[in-house]
Amino acid sequence: MTNKPINSNKNSGMSLIVKTISRLISGLIFLYGIYIVAHGHLTPGGGFGGGMILASSFILMVLSLGSERKLSERFKLNSSLAESLGILIFWFLAIFGLILGSIFFLNFLGKGRPFHLLSGGIIPLCNIGIGLEVAGAISAVFIIFIIWKEKGE
Amino acid sequence: MSILIIVMALEILMILGSIIALEAKNLLTAVISMGIVGFGLTLGFLCLQAPDLAIVQIVVETLTLIILIAAILKTTGEDTSEEWGKSRVILYQAISCFVIIFLFFLYRGINYLPPFGAPIMRMSTPYLEKGLSSTGAANIVAAVILDFRGYDTLGEATVLFTAVMGVLAVMRKIGRKTNL
Repeated sequence: MTNKPINSNKNSGMSLIVKTISRLISGLIFLYGIYIVAHGHLTPGGGFGGGMILASSFILMVLSLGSERKLSERFKLNSSLAESLGILIFWFLAIFGLILGSIFFLNFLGKGRPFHLLSGGIIPLCNIGIGLEVAGAISAVFIIFIIWKEKGE
Repeated sequence: MSILIIVMALEILMILGSIIALEAKNLLTAVISMGIVGFGLTLGFLCLQAPDLAIVQIVVETLTLIILIAAILKTTGEDTSEEWGKSRVILYQAISCFVIIFLFFLYRGINYLPPFGAPIMRMSTPYLEKGLSSTGAANIVAAVILDFRGYDTLGEATVLFTAVMGVLAVMRKIGRKTNL
């Protein structure tokens, strides 16, 4: 607890109530996003929706807790790394099909038992790649705008 | 049949919301009316049994609404576009001409469309029959977008990656000639 008045600095975030609540629920939102991505081949959702939910948990933290210059720079680096890693996973899965079975985008893994988590061949892995990419992309765009705004002030 | 009525009511609500969004002088009102369109679309997807789309739509809509409201609170929030005066009459005439032509061709073509809820299943019947056995994924949407139509999704993900690369390049600090 600091003795500074609330909102003395523009980038210090919102009030204590909002900060506490978002600390509590952002982890739950993050877990829900992971669930949506990981179960994309079994339940509604998948990489795109789950990635957006993952990004929204980060955006909630940044909006409520405020942003510091160094942390924002590191967050930008990490989110663009996650984005690049996601798209690389997706492309490499597609190219592995070309290497292993001479068909681009071949589903080269076993089908597994239907309605179980380990089923569907490369589909869950593709979902994880897309989820990483979408989460990184949305977070990167958001944090770039935050950094831009800080610089303007 | 009742779902059709609900969807039509939602559509009327969404059209009203978009008209308010166009005509409102206060930009905050306009953005919130755009939110009506987005969340009405979410409810429509739920009514038509497309939960995948509904999840994505509700998250995207909430995020865009928050970002747009933040942008408006930063600025004045006034609609600064000028009144068009006489040219607005010509615009309305052009719009009415277009609507009449559109309704004419819609009336001609609507008899050839399949009825609502009964699409032509030439392409999707094999997908629905062989989806589970040939991919092993229980969610047919995931099976279609990541296996049968994988190229499409690969292109989509690449487009998103390229767009973010563009944003990173435009809003960079290093290498700019002028300080903004």
